[in-house]
Amino acid sequence: MSNRRQQMADTLRAEFGDKLETLVVAYDEVTAEIAADNLLEVATALRDNAAFQFQQLVDLCGVDYSQYGRVEWQTEDASRAGFSRGVDDVATMGRLQFGDELESLAVRGRRFAAVYHLISYAHNLRLRLRVFAPDDDFPMVPTVTAVWASADWYEREAFDLFGILFSGHPDLRRILTDYGFVGHPFRKDFPLVGNVEMRYDPERARVVYEPVTIEARVLVPRVKREDHRYLVDEAAIDKASEAQD
Amino acid sequence: MPEIKNYTLNFGPQHPAAHGVLRLVLEMDGEVIERADPHIGLLHRGTEKLAETKPYNQTIGYMDRLDYVSMMCNEHGYVLAIEKLLGIDIPERARYIRVMFDEITRILNHLMWIGTHALDVGAMTMFLYAFREREDLLDIYEAVSGARMHATYYRPGGVARDLPASMPQYLESRWRSKKDAERLNQNRQGSLLDFTDDFVRRFPGYLDEYETLLTDNRIWKQRTVGIGVVSPERAYQLGFTGPMLRGSGVEWDLRKKQPYEVYERMDFDVPVGTNGDCYDRYLVRMEEMRQSNRIVKQCIDWLRANPGIVISENHKVAPPRREELKADMEGLIHHFKLFTEGYTLPEGEVYTAIEHPKGEFACYLISDGANKPYRLKVRAPGFAHLSSMNEMAQGHMLADVVAIIGTQDIVFGEIDR
Repeated sequence: MSNRRQQMADTLRAEFGDKLETLVVAYDEVTAEIAADNLLEVATALRDNAAFQFQQLVDLCGVDYSQYGRVEWQTEDASRAGFSRGVDDVATMGRLQFGDELESLAVRGRRFAAVYHLISYAHNLRLRLRVFAPDDDFPMVPTVTAVWASADWYEREAFDLFGILFSGHPDLRRILTDYGFVGHPFRKDFPLVGNVEMRYDPERARVVYEPVTIEARVLVPRVKREDHRYLVDEAAIDKASEAQD
Repeated sequence: MPEIKNYTLNFGPQHPAAHGVLRLVLEMDGEVIERADPHIGLLHRGTEKLAETKPYNQTIGYMDRLDYVSMMCNEHGYVLAIEKLLGIDIPERARYIRVMFDEITRILNHLMWIGTHALDVGAMTMFLYAFREREDLLDIYEAVSGARMHATYYRPGGVARDLPASMPQYLESRWRSKKDAERLNQNRQGSLLDFTDDFVRRFPGYLDEYETLLTDNRIWKQRTVGIGVVSPERAYQLGFTGPMLRGSGVEWDLRKKQPYEVYERMDFDVPVGTNGDCYDRYLVRMEEMRQSNRIVKQCIDWLRANPGIVISENHKVAPPRREELKADMEGLIHHFKLFTEGYTLPEGEVYTAIEHPKGEFACYLISDGANKPYRLKVRAPGFAHLSSMNEMAQGHMLADVVAIIGTQDIVFGEIDR
């Protein structure tokens, strides 16, 4: 199977050349990164070219890479910070409160990405495309609704949750959040507990919105372990230690 | 000629035929639908965002609550993603147990679908029949996991525990006479596999009962034949998967085309429709239940003959046995680390798709090397299906909208996530 993936990767490289910024085959899956400007052209070719025939867009989602790699507790070197002290230092994703600022770790222009999962029923192959929005403050990517009709709601969802704008989309409304919702909840700088809570106010005889009263907390800090303890494959461990030497 | 104006009709979110919390804004020309605009998100709980703040194992329970009529299949998609990134092997017996429960879940889901779909279209009896059989299947769920619905039974590395050797029994009470209790306990004398075997033997007869009620029923055919027709080309475009795609005549089943677990060893057929209307999708799903029944039977036979472990012995991922925990220092450490910090996944991203009863259910998992997912996207089949509502309902009568919602097999837990 992985041979077929490699073959497809080679065909892709031959077909699109420089338009593919990166092309990775990992975990038996092919991932290509393309620039937003080339998206429509590449997408149409992927659908219509007999060598690929990606007839269906199975999934489309937004990703916010701004906190990629951030951990809440250092595990590598000895430190004075214990497990519990590790979680009340600076604000991180899970413990964000209203008004907290979160510094982005992503390189400029690589914060928001739209990820497309395509399937070719004719060749029984899958492909993942990733398109970074060039502007972090005003993330915009062209729409693919003209290429695959199923993109319609998926793009609305990505817009709703991440604020990624899909230029040319026929009906870019919010889809999952409440009518009149403010903000884009799946961004990493949006607090998990939200900004407002609502209740019925009997005096005013209507539903009112107020700032949240629940406190954000994380019971298990986000940690990384670099010691390969979970790699079962002996060869992989050897390879990893060789790479370090 | 009197002047007739278009008007807008609001359908739901509280409506028995809305299958949950669907709000439809329908633009009508008389009784004909001109445009259908589904408003969703009333059940949005932010499962994916919650998953980002929890160690991997704590999210399995949330998966049950996505599509809450096919619980274990959701778990399966999630657990497979973790296993793919970790690269661990799971015991053979666990694979068979998973396949068996996937198929039991498929029958559960389709029974729920046929019951509610027929009820919406006007056949009350189907609902009662379908729920009678669901009860037995939910008992199987309960016997194996302790919960009738939200099982949290699949774990990275296998399943939570082995199949029980005995079935829970009904007791005599003020409401149930001794005679009744004995009658109900008749097929519960043996193990869980015996009980399941008994169900598998009875089930084709039940399916025949359903078919006599519906398949040649004039009213049922009038309500479903030629309604919501989708061509295979449009089905691709609209993101259809599973029975919706097969109903349009595309022979595609992930269990056959991209097999996972032990499906390549199973003997079963994939039913395909021809016209792409509600009636064909009905026939496809009915046949799928028969095929699932066959798979369950094959799993029972294998599981009877092959005892063994059901969860990986790799204690960096799967917890050690209780006895080990009490007697062994290493076991205690593993247990402590697993239930406080969890395990970390290598950096990378995977997309694992399974043939869920409703279509292609998939988890797209991005890990940055930590003990929690960086991003988890759940690909819910119903989301794509519902997005085609406008196209499928256009030009049909108001009453057909209900048939179309039924045929799409909509459940809001997975659509809103």
